Amino acid sequence: MADITAPAYRIIPIVPALKPDAMAGKGPFVASDKINEAIGFPGQLVEDWHDKAIAKMGELLSKYRSLKVYMDACVHCGACSDKCHYFIGTQDPKNMPVARQDLMRSVYRRYFTLPGKLFPKLVGARDLTREVLDEWYNYFNQCSECRRCSVFCPYGIDTAEVTMAAREILDSIGYGQKYSNEIIGKVHKIGNNLGLPGPALIDTLEGLEEDVKEATGIDVRFPIDVKGAEVLLITPSADFFAEPHIDSLIGYAKVFHATGTSWTLSSMASEAGNFGMFIGNYDQLRKIALRIREAALELGVKRIVVGECGHAWRVAYSFWNTLSGVGDGAGEVDRFAQMLQKQLDHRYKQPTHICEFTWDAIERNALTFDKAKNDKHIITFHDSCNVARGSRMGDLPGGQFEIPRNIIKAVASNFVEMSPETTREQTFCCGGGGGLLTDDLLDLRVKGALPRMEVLQQVVDEHGVNFMATICAICKAQFTKVMPIYGFDRRMVGGVHQLVSNAIILGEEK
Amino acid sequence: MSMLFAILFYLATLVFVVGLLQRIRTYAATPAPLKIPTTPAPTTTGGVVLRMTREVVFFESLFKANLWTWSMGWLFHASLALVTLRHLRYFTEPVWGWVAFIQPFGIYAGITMLLGLCGLWVRRLFVERIRYISTPSDHLMLLLLIAITVSGLLMQFVAHTDVVAVKGYFIGLMHLDIRVLPSDLLLMLHLMLVTTLLVVFPFSKLLHAPGVFFSPTRNQTDNPREKRHLSAWAAKLESEK
Ligand code: HEM
Ligand code: HEM
Ligand code: SF4
Ligand code: SF4
Repeated sequence: MADITAPAYRIIPIVPALKPDAMAGKGPFVASDKINEAIGFPGQLVEDWHDKAIAKMGELLSKYRSLKVYMDACVHCGACSDKCHYFIGTQDPKNMPVARQDLMRSVYRRYFTLPGKLFPKLVGARDLTREVLDEWYNYFNQCSECRRCSVFCPYGIDTAEVTMAAREILDSIGYGQKYSNEIIGKVHKIGNNLGLPGPALIDTLEGLEEDVKEATGIDVRFPIDVKGAEVLLITPSADFFAEPHIDSLIGYAKVFHATGTSWTLSSMASEAGNFGMFIGNYDQLRKIALRIREAALELGVKRIVVGECGHAWRVAYSFWNTLSGVGDGAGEVDRFAQMLQKQLDHRYKQPTHICEFTWDAIERNALTFDKAKNDKHIITFHDSCNVARGSRMGDLPGGQFEIPRNIIKAVASNFVEMSPETTREQTFCCGGGGGLLTDDLLDLRVKGALPRMEVLQQVVDEHGVNFMATICAICKAQFTKVMPIYGFDRRMVGGVHQLVSNAIILGEEK
Repeated sequence: MSMLFAILFYLATLVFVVGLLQRIRTYAATPAPLKIPTTPAPTTTGGVVLRMTREVVFFESLFKANLWTWSMGWLFHASLALVTLRHLRYFTEPVWGWVAFIQPFGIYAGITMLLGLCGLWVRRLFVERIRYISTPSDHLMLLLLIAITVSGLLMQFVAHTDVVAVKGYFIGLMHLDIRVLPSDLLLMLHLMLVTTLLVVFPFSKLLHAPGVFFSPTRNQTDNPREKRHLSAWAAKLESEK
């Protein structure tokens, strides 16, 4: 890994020249038999993969309008072509969103459209050969499903939808990706992505209580499996022990403490992340989401709050109501959803993001802060792609941008924005999302971080920024890993609730 | 000749209408199981109508993406709309007031349409990334539209055709009454190319026109927490349990 170096910053951020095949053969490790079979996929590439893949594609085309329309509608206008961080960082033309889609579209045309059957060359249609399949594996595992391209496409064509479909097809023929599939296995077996068993979790939480007591002199609780608690907190398992994630977990606990909220974690659902989305598999997406429903029913909680995790918040905000009924507005006869929705307290949004929870408390003057505690930080905010483009907070569109910023400004004095073409809905992915946060893809991850690193460097140079806050476990893990390669201190990255934790005044000083 | 064109037009129109309806039907019938609007997205239906209108009329997303493509693309489409509306005079008797009103603008629209198309083609030919993603059909589509436009413009400015007779012919076609079509070479060419366009439409990327209205990232309301969204096939998974 020592040979992985950061690409040079672009002098002017113009569109790079193409370097065909720069990333050919640089895909991730393939999943082993054991990993695949544990979650119900064929162990390895099946004999009749060609026919199976085409059949699966047909099935997905009839189940997902997005895929169907997106296969047809692209006019090759190229508006998306320079919008992907992986293309910018690698210069491989197949990492242009439209070219990535075309890997599948060319096959779609060949098997599902008249012109492709009659004149394949004319419309760029291709047979699904082993080479094409390997290309799929390679490049559909170089997309972080960040949806930046979909912001700019005149028809909203979302490459993430195509990538998900491709991964679903690959999994169905036994050509899955190791990292994602292994993690999904762990969620089912142990309860969280990191494979942290219940007793270890309880230990960790007790340790945290002691640490906080030592630091503040106050008994901040980290309860788990408490029946009848008001709030169930669902948070990424990295929050339990990874740095800097854990500092945000402490932040949430302090907010609950200061607002007098009774809350609990769940050992059964000790993971907010849902890699089912990354592999585009509805069954997995649903099964993983159902754990949270079960925990909520079992513990009898009134509210479900989600910690700092980007894709988990997209799944929670956009999909939970569909998948598991966590939400509002189910039909009268919808017994499955009603069962849970009757239990939840609909004066609050279900689910609630921890930032919504904290901001609401700040607006009610339920929290007090000593901003000076954050004075050593000059802070900027990295919008995480799934939060920015796949979810919302609060009542207004764009609340997902305002609320975390408002919190930062409430708890700290020095806040600086990065260049507007790289924030809010135009934010760049950290380079490690979508099931790519694995060391076998480190080269890609480093290159994919280029656009973010460039603008971070700008605010570091101009304003002396020394802290980049973000609300995503993957962003935090990715940045702590790749930032040193770009010459930044890894401790520059942290959560919004880490800043909250620094400044919050608990109890006695009031 | 008039007969031949009549058959050609009937067939082409049939392919166009049936093909397009069939396509639109599949789009409408295919479920969108999950809420995937690209946020920030409108939270109300009214908001979605506004968003779609901005996309269709102004190409809002393209505007954010690339000003050069946007200006050429928008120029082409706006001109195309005017030209098409102007052509309504061949099919209506008496000509509707507003169609008569836009006649003079339509003439210039032919020219701006040509400019837009050429601009798009130049981009496709000379920008490395766009050339990379282009298939032969992408070039041919632009060529086809350019040829239609040029033949039309030549009739407009160089070799006039008997537009009254053309109109008579098409009104006739609409009443299953085949009359005489002026046998100008340019007109033949123009009409041949138009039938080609009609036939190609439902099988090509021109499906972006109906497609844009069915794109879930654009046409969904952002209200997943407030209202449960469940497709038929996903609901089945629940009843099985
Ligand atoms: C609802 C109506 C329509 C909308 C919203 C729409 C929108 C767009 C947009 C945003 C683009 C990409 C930018 C560009 O390259 O111009 C495009 C491209 C294109 N449109 Fe349309 N369009 C519509 C109808 C049509 C129709 C009726 C035709 C044909 C007769 C057409 C032909 C084309 C062609 C050929 C391109 C590709 C241009 C290129 O090669 O760069 N469009 N359209
Ligand atoms: C059945 C269909 C059509 C008929 C009968 C037709 C007929 C004609 C005629 C007779 C003219 C000459 C106008 C004049 O001399 O004043 C013309 C011009 C033109 N046509 Fe068409 N046309 C048809 C479809 C189309 C389509 C689909 C397009 C575009 C894609 C198109 C684009 C043009 C243009 C750009 C001009 C020149 C500018 C203008 O006169 O508006 N035509 N057409
Ligand atoms: S979804 Fe993100 S990673 Fe994937 S092609 Fe689009 S911009 Fe690139
Ligand atoms: S912006 Fe949309 S239509 Fe244009 S090339 Fe990209 S995916 Fe295709």
